[in-house]
Amino acid sequence: MYSFDYVKPSSLQDALDAISGGGQPLGGGQTLIPTLKQRLAMPEALVDLTGIAELKGVSMSGDKLSVGGATRHADVAASAEVKAKIPALAALAGQIGDPQVRNRGTIGGSIANNDPAACYPSAVLALGATVRTDKREIAADDYFQGLFTTALEEGEVVVGVDFPVPEKAAYQKFVQPASRFALTGVFVAKFAGGVRVAVTGASQDGVFRWSEAEAALSSNFSADAVPAAPVADGMIGDIHGTPEYRAHLVQVMTKRAVAAAG
Amino acid sequence: MPKDTGIGAAVPRTEDRRFTTGKGRYTDDFTVVGLHHAVFVRSPHAHARVTGIDKSAAEAAPGVVAVYDGKQLVGDGVGNLICGWAVSSKDGTPMKMGAWSALATDTVRYVGDAVAVVIAETKAQARDAAEMVEVEYEELPVVVDATDALKPGAPQIHPEAEGNLIYDWEIGDAAATDGAIANAAKVVEIELVNNRLAPNAMEPRAAMAVYDAGTDHLTLHTTSQNPHVARLVLSAFYQIAPEHKLRVIAPDVGGGFGSKIYIYPEEIVCLWAARKAGVPVKWTADRTEAFITDAHGRDHVSKAQLAFDSNNRITGLKVNTVANLGAYMSLFSSCVPTYLYATLLSGQYVIPNIYCDVKAVYTNTVPVDAYRGAGRPEACYLIERLMEKAAKELGVDPGELRRQNFITQFPYQTPVIMTYDIGDFSQTLDAARAAADVAGFAQRKAASEAKGRKRGLGYSCYIEACGIAPSAAVGSLGAGVGLWESAEVRVNPVGSIEVLTGSHSHGQGHETTFAQVVSDRFDLPMDNIKIVHGDTDSVQFGMGTYGSRSGAVGMSAIVKALDKVEAKVKKIAAHVLEASEADIVIEGGAVKVQGTDKQMAWHEVGLAAYTAHNLPEGMEPGLKEGAFYDPTNFTFPAGCYICEVEVDPDTGVVTVENFTAADDFGQVINPLIVEGQVHGGIAQGIGQAMLEHAVYDESGQPLSGSYMDYTMPRADDLPSFKVSTHETFCPGNPLGIKGCGEAGAIGSPPALVNAVLDALSGMGVKHLDMPLTPRRVWEAINAAN
Repeated sequence: MYSFDYVKPSSLQDALDAISGGGQPLGGGQTLIPTLKQRLAMPEALVDLTGIAELKGVSMSGDKLSVGGATRHADVAASAEVKAKIPALAALAGQIGDPQVRNRGTIGGSIANNDPAACYPSAVLALGATVRTDKREIAADDYFQGLFTTALEEGEVVVGVDFPVPEKAAYQKFVQPASRFALTGVFVAKFAGGVRVAVTGASQDGVFRWSEAEAALSSNFSADAVPAAPVADGMIGDIHGTPEYRAHLVQVMTKRAVAAAG
Repeated sequence: MPKDTGIGAAVPRTEDRRFTTGKGRYTDDFTVVGLHHAVFVRSPHAHARVTGIDKSAAEAAPGVVAVYDGKQLVGDGVGNLICGWAVSSKDGTPMKMGAWSALATDTVRYVGDAVAVVIAETKAQARDAAEMVEVEYEELPVVVDATDALKPGAPQIHPEAEGNLIYDWEIGDAAATDGAIANAAKVVEIELVNNRLAPNAMEPRAAMAVYDAGTDHLTLHTTSQNPHVARLVLSAFYQIAPEHKLRVIAPDVGGGFGSKIYIYPEEIVCLWAARKAGVPVKWTADRTEAFITDAHGRDHVSKAQLAFDSNNRITGLKVNTVANLGAYMSLFSSCVPTYLYATLLSGQYVIPNIYCDVKAVYTNTVPVDAYRGAGRPEACYLIERLMEKAAKELGVDPGELRRQNFITQFPYQTPVIMTYDIGDFSQTLDAARAAADVAGFAQRKAASEAKGRKRGLGYSCYIEACGIAPSAAVGSLGAGVGLWESAEVRVNPVGSIEVLTGSHSHGQGHETTFAQVVSDRFDLPMDNIKIVHGDTDSVQFGMGTYGSRSGAVGMSAIVKALDKVEAKVKKIAAHVLEASEADIVIEGGAVKVQGTDKQMAWHEVGLAAYTAHNLPEGMEPGLKEGAFYDPTNFTFPAGCYICEVEVDPDTGVVTVENFTAADDFGQVINPLIVEGQVHGGIAQGIGQAMLEHAVYDESGQPLSGSYMDYTMPRADDLPSFKVSTHETFCPGNPLGIKGCGEAGAIGSPPALVNAVLDALSGMGVKHLDMPLTPRRVWEAINAAN
């Protein structure tokens, strides 16, 4: 990596000041640090957000489950609150990467990066969560805007994510064998008002809602109701899976998620 | 019963204390005052002409002491890299070897080919400056697939090898084999790919070169499986320094799997640059460099026919193989797809007629050379896939078809050079079948079916050749070196023992196993014995460790030296104790006169030898003996592996449910270490069969150049293995050892693939190529439907 300055502020305001001064926000560094090691980025300064207490932790805020942006995957996975309210979210966090990744990576870092194969975006989208930043609140449907692209503006920081609590939900992840990112991951959430299905790992446009499945499952929440696989057009093709394979897995993983949700 | 620390005892590895507590010392752990760091400028193109190199900005960068390119290297007389085994084509012409300079001069031929090196005070400075070296490339057409490289009009990679063909080699009797096929009652045919693998030693390659101008002497610390061979080649062929002015040290080395046999460009350049720049130079590969520069393994495409008579007896085997050797011929690349491959095509079977043709081919990929098993896995995979396919097509039990064709009389001369000395293939088949509970398979299959899964069982009855090798025999086949081993046993004046061995341990546990042999011989505690290896200044000479040779060859040399020490000890004791040599026994830490109470403590004999006050007349003082051991034949580990899998037909995911290994390694010195070797080998074999694949795109860019895309086997990919050993003792060496380092990786891939094909046979899937990733399995199911 190239040399850079490093600051670890303890307040959000100090962090924002450092970022506005040209610093690059650093969550758990699970993508950024490897990128730096490969000399693919040359930030002047890293602003480590993981020392900011107000960005960490899980709590109920009204009827929503609120997860701080700098909360680590391991903490979400182990949280009694998350397990009680949205066990599928705890389970998802517990399947990200490996213990080393889960003990460093943060939810804010994950959704700010919006890797098309990351797990968290599917939960945020399927649960219809709200992304809170230092400036505003962004609905999940508006937040994810394609590969590594989000509604975040330059220097905007994810303060937390507020998750509505579903009646039932489940995440089914088909791992890419090498990286163990999601080759295809499907998060299904059933609310009183209907079912939301979000798919990660499969599309060239990043996480997306599978509207045909949502419609079918909203009227009949059973694995048998999951429609035929979506078209392969627009799905990712690489050495681990063709677009056709990923499209097929979308259907299989959706069925399994519905079955797992019970 | 074995003594606590003798032959056959399960002694925990003594070296593990330092390895597991961070006290190991690997090449990158060493440093010297004034150390500088090398970073290589590598080609981003798979094939290009180098039209210009502008080093000026890099030379002016902070901390940089030198930037060197290939023209300077060649100008200083550093020789091209060699291939150590001359293989000729069937028309008698020598192999067509292209020039390989440690730094490319005018053409780069694979992504990662080094074009320049930067030497700077810190590694970061060297990296910064390396990015400032401006290399102008004129891109050339690329070919990465060996079959494509042979097609007319394919890009020409080396001027010396027209049509990219290095050699077109053959073995066996073509006419007789064709006749057997023509007259067969049944011919089973197969076309298969043996997938390309990256070796992935835990410790990346590294080199530290120090030049002492005062004595005109170079010292190289390096990650080598064979430091003496490195010194020999560096001095004899690369003109780095004569052997007496070059010391090569291979300290603790974290895994090799073959990839650290070879002398790579980086070691050569570090040595040359250390002298030229006048500063000590260290280079340590990062993981990306490991992926793109460590010699890969396998990469064969083969077609084969196996002929049977009407009684299901094999009458002939014909094989055509295309072997991808990459962009340059690595040190032993030529012998891997020939003498280490086709000579094992008889498998465990009586096959009266065998013919194999091998075309070795240049492509724009990293060089390919020996990787755990080296040729034998490719042979085993081919014949065992064929046997299982034959059983399916003939409608007979795959185990019984094998048994019916087993070789049962030894020694057995195959039609492809090898003479198998001993074995009992039915014994390992029966042991594996019992341990795998083959009888209960149908019930387990039904249980899988009930939950929508497909279950399959696959066999692999492997044989391989280890203990390479009789020097005269390999010399007659084109080897550039003899493949003996040497040892020296030093009994110190206080009775402790140092064994200097030319074998090199890079994970195999020699410090334990070899000490057990000494402990067994002289009935001494392990703590009194030290195994010294890996330093050309300490150890007299050695050919190193590969081909599972350290037990069968390296320990045999130790045994020969121990014989000489024992004889001298008995002479001294007989003289001092005034007894007959024939009555002297060594036991319990003492040298005794049998049947009397006369004895000397072990250390008193050592002291007597060195004080030399009272030695037999004419005897030289001292107690130190050396030996060279040249094997008389290969050794032939063999066994039966049975794999049981479950396949999820909805996703193509394969789960290994059971894996059983019944091996015959001859004499086992340490069952713990042997079991560990089998576990590691099976993990690597399962890795090849279902996970690992080094893939290039059409432009020669590696697509699996990191762990994000190259799938290493993980613990949760593997079941608990059921392993057992069943000895027939090798008659060719003093301990009866066959070798166990590679068997797991050789025997396991076909067992797994056969199991998956068995599972999917009801769905119409007839063929799969490794690795059996979910995508491939699902696509095969989909295509069959």
